[in-house]
Amino acid sequence: MADVTLMKTPAETALAQAYESAKTTLPGNVESRAEAFELFTRNGLPHRRVEEFKYTDLRALLREAAPFAGMPSADDAKAALQAAKALKGTQALEVPFVNGHFVRDAVDFHNLPEGIEIVPLAEALANGHDWLAKLSPVEWARQNPVYQLNTTFMADGVMLRVVGKVETPVHLRFVTSANSAVATATRILVLVEDEAAVTLIESHESPNGANHQPNDVLEMIAGDRSNVRHIRLNAEGDKALALSTLNAKVGAEAEFFSFNLVTGAATSRHQVFAILDGENTKARINGATMIKGGQHADSTLVVEHAAPHCESRELFKTVIDGESTGVFQGKIIVPHHAQKTDGRMMSAAILLSEGGAMNNKPELEIFADDVQCAHGATCGQLDEDLLFYLMARGIPRKEAESLMVQAFLGEAIEFVEDQDLHDALVAVVEDWLRARA
Amino acid sequence: MLEIKNLVVQIEDKRILNGLNLTVNNGEVAAIMGPNGSGKSTLSYVIAGKEDYEVLDGEILLDGQNVLEMEPDARAAAGIFLAFQYPLEIPGVASMTFLKAALNAQRKARGEDELTTPDFIKRVNAAATQLEIPKDMLKRALNVGFSGGEKKRMEILQMALLQPTFCILDETDSGLDIDALRIVSEGVNALRSPDRSFLVITHYQRLLNHIVPDTVHVMSAGRIVKSGGKELALELEANGYADYRESEAA
Repeated sequence: MADVTLMKTPAETALAQAYESAKTTLPGNVESRAEAFELFTRNGLPHRRVEEFKYTDLRALLREAAPFAGMPSADDAKAALQAAKALKGTQALEVPFVNGHFVRDAVDFHNLPEGIEIVPLAEALANGHDWLAKLSPVEWARQNPVYQLNTTFMADGVMLRVVGKVETPVHLRFVTSANSAVATATRILVLVEDEAAVTLIESHESPNGANHQPNDVLEMIAGDRSNVRHIRLNAEGDKALALSTLNAKVGAEAEFFSFNLVTGAATSRHQVFAILDGENTKARINGATMIKGGQHADSTLVVEHAAPHCESRELFKTVIDGESTGVFQGKIIVPHHAQKTDGRMMSAAILLSEGGAMNNKPELEIFADDVQCAHGATCGQLDEDLLFYLMARGIPRKEAESLMVQAFLGEAIEFVEDQDLHDALVAVVEDWLRARA
Repeated sequence: MLEIKNLVVQIEDKRILNGLNLTVNNGEVAAIMGPNGSGKSTLSYVIAGKEDYEVLDGEILLDGQNVLEMEPDARAAAGIFLAFQYPLEIPGVASMTFLKAALNAQRKARGEDELTTPDFIKRVNAAATQLEIPKDMLKRALNVGFSGGEKKRMEILQMALLQPTFCILDETDSGLDIDALRIVSEGVNALRSPDRSFLVITHYQRLLNHIVPDTVHVMSAGRIVKSGGKELALELEANGYADYRESEAA
């Protein structure tokens, strides 16, 4: 075999340089960074011949790697948070990040709600902390290049521990305020103890016009009989390339719900890697995506039923307008011992325009012989007969389309039980539809 | 007043209406009867503005204004209402949300103020009570899980709420039991007024015992082939459509 010299793309070269120059200044734990970067370098940015990235060719999409954002000044951070709009008004403990850096001053550490502990990640990485050993709860996620990049560059974040039933939701608010392109790599670790319950909100926003490159990872270990509701909003600016990963390991007899609403970013990819690690756990992972123009939104999830008697439901709804492209890749893995698994995955897309495209790839990997698993994928236009019915009552076409789109997405959003939060998400949908009309 | 002049309509190269002429005056209730496939439902869809049909010739004038150039929602705002033969189920759209959207869209199109929520609810409740529609039905998604009779009552509720000037009832009697037929008919009769006209499409004379028409028209092969008073319906009930089918063949 002839010698092959691997050609690096300009972005890959820039990432290597960024790592070289940052590795001495990034906080602590150099080994895991080095290991992650070494794994990343073996294959470089994933491209369309890599099955998991077939529809989201990062090598082509990430032409230039933006410089990593520095720590904002106290004034800049304050101004950025004041201007933040995402899910404003929801009652929650705000844990804010500006340009990928935790804004310590915005959190009153002495008056945290009962049952919540917060440790700044940069500090923990620099000085050591017991909880660091709990990072990367989903072993196989380490093979993922997006995750490898986050591990390489993670500069800030928080570690959060939840004990008991916490009423106040925790809002992880991410704001990128820089007007020129920056990259960020945040890492959140959430440890939900046995029997604990919490609602976690995540919102991500940035200004239009800048090619920001956030790469965020939220990792979670949810204990036995825990109840976690995770609500995420991607409201990034129109030029952003937003990568995100949720790694969750859920214990026995627990309830786990994660919902991601996407309207933002030029390109986004949200990955969910979940392991149902104890018996009789119920997980529901939903997503709703609304894209237009030339947007590209990818939802990729892998759910492993690692214990018997677990139930999982995945429901992803995508609304595609303009020339935008949606991607859904979902895989349910059932190892041979996970008998009585009940898994159902559904992806449905509506194309509002001629030029849009949807790629649906549901997969089941089942080794057990006594399971119930199903998957489905649909892709279509709004029903003309239903539109006519609404219009025949005087409702103009765009408004009729909006009603039907809201109903379509509603099926994924309705599982958000917190009424304020539900209404805030519906308002995001309504805003998107109003901008379209 | 609705005037249809020489209406010629086809769908996918198949001619359905062949030069149909019909006038319905203000306050008039006109019944259209005819055998299956004579074009009755096509006529109702074309008046309401469904896209699938190609109008080759003719006019439909509502109070002198040609509606053929208008979108379905503009026709509705101008006063046309079609009570569907098979009302559609719209999962996820709450009945109340739909009713409010429809009413306010029409008011907006006519340059009127939107209704306040209490005012809207009052109007809906009044109409619902008359049509014996339970309140929990209005809380459900539009027509989803409704029985055939409930769907038809919901159509009449919409009619009562939207107060159109020209109402088309497309086989509203189909799928109704005797009680539902009475309730629906009473609902329609309550809406009869000198400035509102009706086009009642039906196969059976039975409905016309409840909603007594001023005129009866027989449709065959895409044309009105005979017009008369309400006694024409009785004649058809006794003799069937055989006479008119012959004229179709000729």
